[in-house]
Amino acid sequence: MQAVTEKKPFTPLIVAFCCNWCSYAGADLAGTSRLSYPANVKIIRVPCSCRVNPLFILRAFQRGADGVILCGCHPGDCHYSTGNYYTRRRMTLLFSMLDYLGIERERTRVEWVSAAEGTKFAATMNDFVQTITELGENVKLGDLRCKQ
Amino acid sequence: MMYKLAMSRVSDLLASFGKVIAPIERAEQVNFGAWSPEETLRLDVLKTVNSAKDAFFPQSEDIVHFKMEGKNIAIGMPEKPDEPFVLFGARACDMRALDVLDRVFLSEPADPGYAARRKNGTIVSIACARPAETCFCHAYGIDAAAPQGDVACWIDGDTLYWQPQSEKGQALTETAKPFLEECPDTAADAAKQAIREILDRLPLKDLTLDGWGGDVLMEKFNSEKWADLSRACLGCGACTFVCPTCQCYDIRDFDTGHGIQRYRCWDSCMYKDFTMMASGTPRPTQLERYRQRFMHKLVYFPANNDGMFSCVGCGRCVAKCPVSSHIVKVIKALGGDAK
Amino acid sequence: MQAIVDQIKAKAQELLAAGTVDRVLGWEAGELAYDRTPAVFGPAEALDGLKYDLFCAANLSKYLIAETKKEGKVLALLKPCDTYSFNQLLHEHRIRREGVYVLGIPCRGKIDVRKLAAMGMEGITGVEDDGTTLTVHTLYGDHTCSREEALLERCLCCKGKEHKAFDEVIADPEPYTEPDRDRFSMVSKLEAMAPQERFAFWQGELSKCIRCNACRNVCPACSCLNCVFDNPASGVSGKANVDPFEEQLFHIIRAFHVAGRCTDCGECSRVCPQGIPLHLLNRKFIQDINRFYGEYQAGADPDARGPLTSYTTGDVEPSVVSKGGAK
Repeated sequence: MQAVTEKKPFTPLIVAFCCNWCSYAGADLAGTSRLSYPANVKIIRVPCSCRVNPLFILRAFQRGADGVILCGCHPGDCHYSTGNYYTRRRMTLLFSMLDYLGIERERTRVEWVSAAEGTKFAATMNDFVQTITELGENVKLGDLRCKQ
Repeated sequence: MMYKLAMSRVSDLLASFGKVIAPIERAEQVNFGAWSPEETLRLDVLKTVNSAKDAFFPQSEDIVHFKMEGKNIAIGMPEKPDEPFVLFGARACDMRALDVLDRVFLSEPADPGYAARRKNGTIVSIACARPAETCFCHAYGIDAAAPQGDVACWIDGDTLYWQPQSEKGQALTETAKPFLEECPDTAADAAKQAIREILDRLPLKDLTLDGWGGDVLMEKFNSEKWADLSRACLGCGACTFVCPTCQCYDIRDFDTGHGIQRYRCWDSCMYKDFTMMASGTPRPTQLERYRQRFMHKLVYFPANNDGMFSCVGCGRCVAKCPVSSHIVKVIKALGGDAK
Repeated sequence: MQAIVDQIKAKAQELLAAGTVDRVLGWEAGELAYDRTPAVFGPAEALDGLKYDLFCAANLSKYLIAETKKEGKVLALLKPCDTYSFNQLLHEHRIRREGVYVLGIPCRGKIDVRKLAAMGMEGITGVEDDGTTLTVHTLYGDHTCSREEALLERCLCCKGKEHKAFDEVIADPEPYTEPDRDRFSMVSKLEAMAPQERFAFWQGELSKCIRCNACRNVCPACSCLNCVFDNPASGVSGKANVDPFEEQLFHIIRAFHVAGRCTDCGECSRVCPQGIPLHLLNRKFIQDINRFYGEYQAGADPDARGPLTSYTTGDVEPSVVSKGGAK
């Protein structure tokens, strides 16, 4: 039994914050189009990508996420006109800070996915999951108390 | 009986002790931590940033954890800290601080974690070769040249003098025998004398606790001076956390996502949510919080503990307060005949 | 120095007498050669206790949040770098401008007592300054050191002698050339390290954190009435770093919350009891903001829009980080 557990390939836990108006609809389209993406991507719907506060990203890591991806409308297409422009600045600075602290820079990503881009959504998730799988478990940013 | 050994052999001595907590330097700061030969031992540094309190009353400590297992809740208790250890390098003020903490944590009902660590710990104290300008332990009758402890040590040049002062200290001395060499009881007298000469020249040498104590509660509490004294206070917890005698704590639950981890951690009376109740906080402004800290140390504690102050004059808060609004100012401003 | 102090006192007396202000926010001496405490001097008291010297490092701007809520007008003694924080607080509507009269006072850098201690000067009982050299009297004899070596980190990267906000300025009667070291040199050095080395560096530094909140409480940019870390409903409140993750969480978020508003006054690093170089987090954000969105100095202009409350359609994408960052 022990041997079996050890050989089990690493399946990363991915948290995807998706904006309600574009990316979440994009995820829906991927689903209705029967495009597959890994089940270990946990989607959290947010009203706008700019609702995502840096704490959300860190909290996801605290609770055991191996990678966090934030998806919003393409710049210029925000439902609230400008929300994602602010997201873009905030996340650039946050990701740069995580990198500065020595956290692997591949673990965080922002992608712009519209409601019509079901294919892009599935492809993005597949790619991100693959990147994180290759990178391995997140050991630098997790909270030991949250480990099962 | 007094013994001596060369300072160059201290590391070998420590290595023979099992678990050792000693002043070590990490990232340019000296704090008490688990010693190993790879660590940088800094016995020359007078004051660790945090005090020796941490070895017995750590900043945070797990109490219990709950976990959902189907429809049941599994309850887990952390292991009792029962590993024997040697605390090496405590100062005279750290030792008096433990007397203060003992009164709090060992009175019935005794605190199990603290009691276990006190029982398992053997303390080797070291006299303060170079007292600092922030020191005022003499105001509390502490002799920095003759520290309490299971074993007391004096450093004089390249020699460390070692004197057991308790049964635990005798037992540790037996373990340490291969490294120790007997010497006359007067061998450390020169070192003691040198320390006392410095103590007589400290800038705070004239500080006294006259006018403070358990019987001046209303007079001090109602003093109008608290408003000016507390004005600069930032409400941070630096003084509290570096203090060797501050003992207030909070109990909190951490949601791990699959259970609850209940832990105890230091709290600070300087924080606005200190002793928060359903009806709010009893100390709504920084004035009351500031007053609480000093009244506790200089009035409430002695009132309940045979006149013992719960400040030991280590001077850590004097050195670390971001705005230098420290206990010496309070002692002077409200002490003596001051109202 | 004494000439400056006399001028400040005379000006304060004059403004008090004229009724322009009814109290003075400055510093008072303590019990040691160097401990200075921010203090408010009322109209009735003499200004004898007012002290201004090498050790008056505390940035008084944040006290104006409370002081300008009171009636009347307070005279604030602000050093050039303090005026940046003052402007930032004005911009955020945290200070009532009519409630304060700003007297810009000259500064020739402040001394970091911990640096003296690190140079082996224990038991400090007095410090004399001749402009280039410090003579430090201690319980264990006298020492001398170069004045510049003992300056606070922020003073080595001085923002200049110009007050960015004032009602009146007292000029420095003598010339002083402020050090102008590159404030980003250590940030760049860290950036050049391998990620694993950087991680080890920050682990070493942040693991010293005792969560005393001194960095937060002293920070003029941290002016929330209730901090997210004090709010049990936030899910991240805590009084201790129980897990190493919490050290990272606290410090990343603390720095992020002041990103774009931090004037680099350096108070956080000055007050940290464990000597954590917190300014290196703030300066990383400042450097990134400068690189990605153009040079910006918070507090230089109270009407400027902050970099995180504005945008351009052509901003860099966050992926710039995974590509190694824009140079």
